[in-house]
Amino acid sequence: MGLPLMMERSSNNNNNNVVELSRVAVSDTHGEDSPYFAGWKAYDENPYDESHNPSGVIQMGLAENQVSFDLLETYLEKKNPEGSMWGSKGAPGFRENALFQDYHGLKTFRQAMASFMEQIRGGKARFDPDRIVLTAGATAANELLTFILADPNDALLVPTPYYPGFDRDLRWRTGVKIVPIHCDSSNHFQITPEALESAYQTARDANIRVRGVLITNPSNPLGATVQKKVLEDLLDFCVRKNIHLVSDEIYSGSVFHASEFTSVAEIVENIDDVSVKERVHIVYSLSKDLGLPGFRVGTIYSYNDNVVRTARRMSSFTLVSSQTQHMLASMLSDEEFTEKYIRINRERLRRRYETIVEGLKKAGIECLKGNAGLFCWMNLGFLLEKKTKDGELQLWDVILKELKLNISPGSSCHCSEVGWFRVCFANMSENTLEIALKRIHEFMDRRRRF
Amino acid sequence: MRLIVPLRGVIQGRGGLFVGSLIPCCLFYFLQLYLKRRRPPPSDPTELPRTFSRTNLFSRGNSIGRVRVSSRAVPVAKPSDSPYYIGLERVKTDPYDRMTNTDGIIQLGLAESTLCFDLLQRWMSENLMESMMQSDDGEFDISSIAMYKPFEGLLELRVAFADFMSRIMGGNVSFDPSNMVITAGGTPAIEVLAFCLADHGNAFLIPTPYYPGFDRDIKFRTGVELIPVHCRSSDNFTVTVSALEQALNQARKRGSKVSGILFSNPSNPVGNILSRETLCDILRFAQEKNIHVISDEIFAGSVYGDKEFVSMAEIAGSGEFDKTRVHIIYGLSKDLSIPGFRAGVIYSFHEDVVNAAKKLMRFSSVPVLVQRILISLLSDVRFIEGYMAAHRQRIRDKHIRFVEGLKQLGIPCAESGGGLYCWVDMSSLLTSYSEKGELELFEKLLTVAKINATPGTACYCIEPGWFRCCFTALADEDIPVIMERIRQLAESFRS
Repeated sequence: MGLPLMMERSSNNNNNNVVELSRVAVSDTHGEDSPYFAGWKAYDENPYDESHNPSGVIQMGLAENQVSFDLLETYLEKKNPEGSMWGSKGAPGFRENALFQDYHGLKTFRQAMASFMEQIRGGKARFDPDRIVLTAGATAANELLTFILADPNDALLVPTPYYPGFDRDLRWRTGVKIVPIHCDSSNHFQITPEALESAYQTARDANIRVRGVLITNPSNPLGATVQKKVLEDLLDFCVRKNIHLVSDEIYSGSVFHASEFTSVAEIVENIDDVSVKERVHIVYSLSKDLGLPGFRVGTIYSYNDNVVRTARRMSSFTLVSSQTQHMLASMLSDEEFTEKYIRINRERLRRRYETIVEGLKKAGIECLKGNAGLFCWMNLGFLLEKKTKDGELQLWDVILKELKLNISPGSSCHCSEVGWFRVCFANMSENTLEIALKRIHEFMDRRRRF
Repeated sequence: MRLIVPLRGVIQGRGGLFVGSLIPCCLFYFLQLYLKRRRPPPSDPTELPRTFSRTNLFSRGNSIGRVRVSSRAVPVAKPSDSPYYIGLERVKTDPYDRMTNTDGIIQLGLAESTLCFDLLQRWMSENLMESMMQSDDGEFDISSIAMYKPFEGLLELRVAFADFMSRIMGGNVSFDPSNMVITAGGTPAIEVLAFCLADHGNAFLIPTPYYPGFDRDIKFRTGVELIPVHCRSSDNFTVTVSALEQALNQARKRGSKVSGILFSNPSNPVGNILSRETLCDILRFAQEKNIHVISDEIFAGSVYGDKEFVSMAEIAGSGEFDKTRVHIIYGLSKDLSIPGFRAGVIYSFHEDVVNAAKKLMRFSSVPVLVQRILISLLSDVRFIEGYMAAHRQRIRDKHIRFVEGLKQLGIPCAESGGGLYCWVDMSSLLTSYSEKGELELFEKLLTVAKINATPGTACYCIEPGWFRCCFTALADEDIPVIMERIRQLAESFRS
């Protein structure tokens, strides 16, 4: 009896001798089979193009900012791209550029990022460049923080609805769980202390250790800022439970009116107590505000020395190219340019938002009152035949197949109320937006006739 | 509370706890619990009324607990005790410069080449702008580099890499761009492969001596163990099947699950080129044991000896073996001297691994503007052929000078044919033929001779006295300086 068992164990030879992969490799936590990504596939197969494919799928599921490219182009052309490529030293700077792979990141670039982040917050908070850790995008920043703050099977509390990518970014390789903090439209989806307690208790009941709360401010997919009082309550809660608070502020520069945004940095600015401050961490990136997702620039800003040290070392897996750092350092420290860019970008986004919300209103569709971001949160609950998740997905499918619009269903954002959809408006020209609105109008007209 | 830690391991089902210590641990645990219950709980945060805690927020000396990081994060921030990192840090405090700091510490611990910078610089100054910003009408169009692109790398870049790799690996192997994923450097490439091929707690066999960075790359986050397979100078540090077999059996006895073999070829730190026969042996062994093979070929283009470099991809493609277990790592940090750009490759014959790696690239992708530069660079065949020829020639020349200089001092080197370093036998300078003696020599080299060379201990070498010396960032004039310093140190030992 013992011998066959031993042979099996030692030779590992099975009939087909297929080599095994890890759980991470075979897991579907990447979520790419969900509707959020299925719509993207439909777009890839039949993408709208103003001239070549006017009846194609319009991509309204991608939160990309293309409204202010001209400002960047003008700046880069005017300031002599050659110079900005190498830094101020010209071609000899190539040597440092080519060899530089220090995970501390270029000091001038970190100073530029700190300065940019301060400007976005109207100087209401200061950022120390030595607390900035660079990562290749905010996606990497969020994952890195999760590795550092939580062990496998621990949990982060995340308010719903949330960015579908979190399911993958926070959980896939880290083994960490997400426990939702349920929010609903009765108070514009703001986080309440009761919802926080309830989520925490749910985790405890399941014997899961909660390590932190992760919020997005301004919120994706809501397109709205988090109120100052809610932030204070959140920090309070985190202190009481002795857990971390992560604030993903990648849309902070896309708030339509600067005064309406309160960063967690402002709350912490006036606190001396290290044991309170050191649980707060901010994620930022240039992908949304500056419209440069292709550059892969993200940061973790932490008030915790240990987290900064640890994140820096772990950032070896996700370094920002020296080329990118050099190129952007001078642009981001040019305060005249950044002030102008931030102001004009906010204005253009606001106008786009108003266009889409007005257009939807004319078609009889309401949106959540938003004040930030590259998208609006649209309520189609009244159109659902069945007020269930399936009903919502059916409607989503109709919108994709009939209207050829790819929008994101609330269920993929774990929204507890059915019928909400995220609609992106900043990744297209104004004409394309008009076409999209036209399709929606026609659809609503057709429905009214029946 | 620290004594509760072993019990925690049992609760989490990791086992490995001897029964003999379980009972006292249980007793101690319950004692602690009893004592804790008797203590008033001022630090139990859930009992603090909200308004009280808000006042606490703004006042000093309150009883809020210090928030903790995860247990996997704890070892990461600790100062490294590896001589590899200690040496690198020390050089930063007093770096040698042949003009401004002739007494500084000479860096021989970083495998980087600056020998062909002049060629690269010229190419960059002539081609950079065009390659980065070009759109169809030749006008500067930022959207082409600003927008999201597939994280696994532009197809044109994968095609260019496939062609480049084929060229530098002897031309007998071809690479399929659809089996390739572009990563932000070799470091994430190795980590992503570890995540895909092994679960937390599994292990890779790795021949020693090995590149010290693998410890971090693999152990930081994946939870995969590295099991050394010791190689000896009598085999010129080439791995043997019997050593692999022995290591695997020992691992299994300990209850470790081995998922694969990881090795570098050309090897780091020795600089060996593995023969076709050895590669076949490794793959055959892996097939027999049903495990993966990861071949880190990041120095493939830095071959200067007479021995021909053969990629594991060539062996895998020969049809004799199941190729789905073969995975290659490559990158431009060594052969093309641009580590700052962050460009690496995972090449796998396993479709599911490629698919998983593609999705994981969102965490480690290369910016589009850098991809465009690289497409242009790698497709410039005339430049690349000239560059690679010069690169190999200059390494060869430098190697000859360096090894000759050491020979004059009576210090031999292992036979090597690739890489940016040589594996030096300094055992004659050891006060005691032991790890302790080697670390003492390392310290003296660093503080007295002011040379940073990586000791074999940092690379898990089983024989004391070996040091890796990287010579490809040296000017010819630096070599006599180095040799003189070593000579003086050796003199001081004799007196």
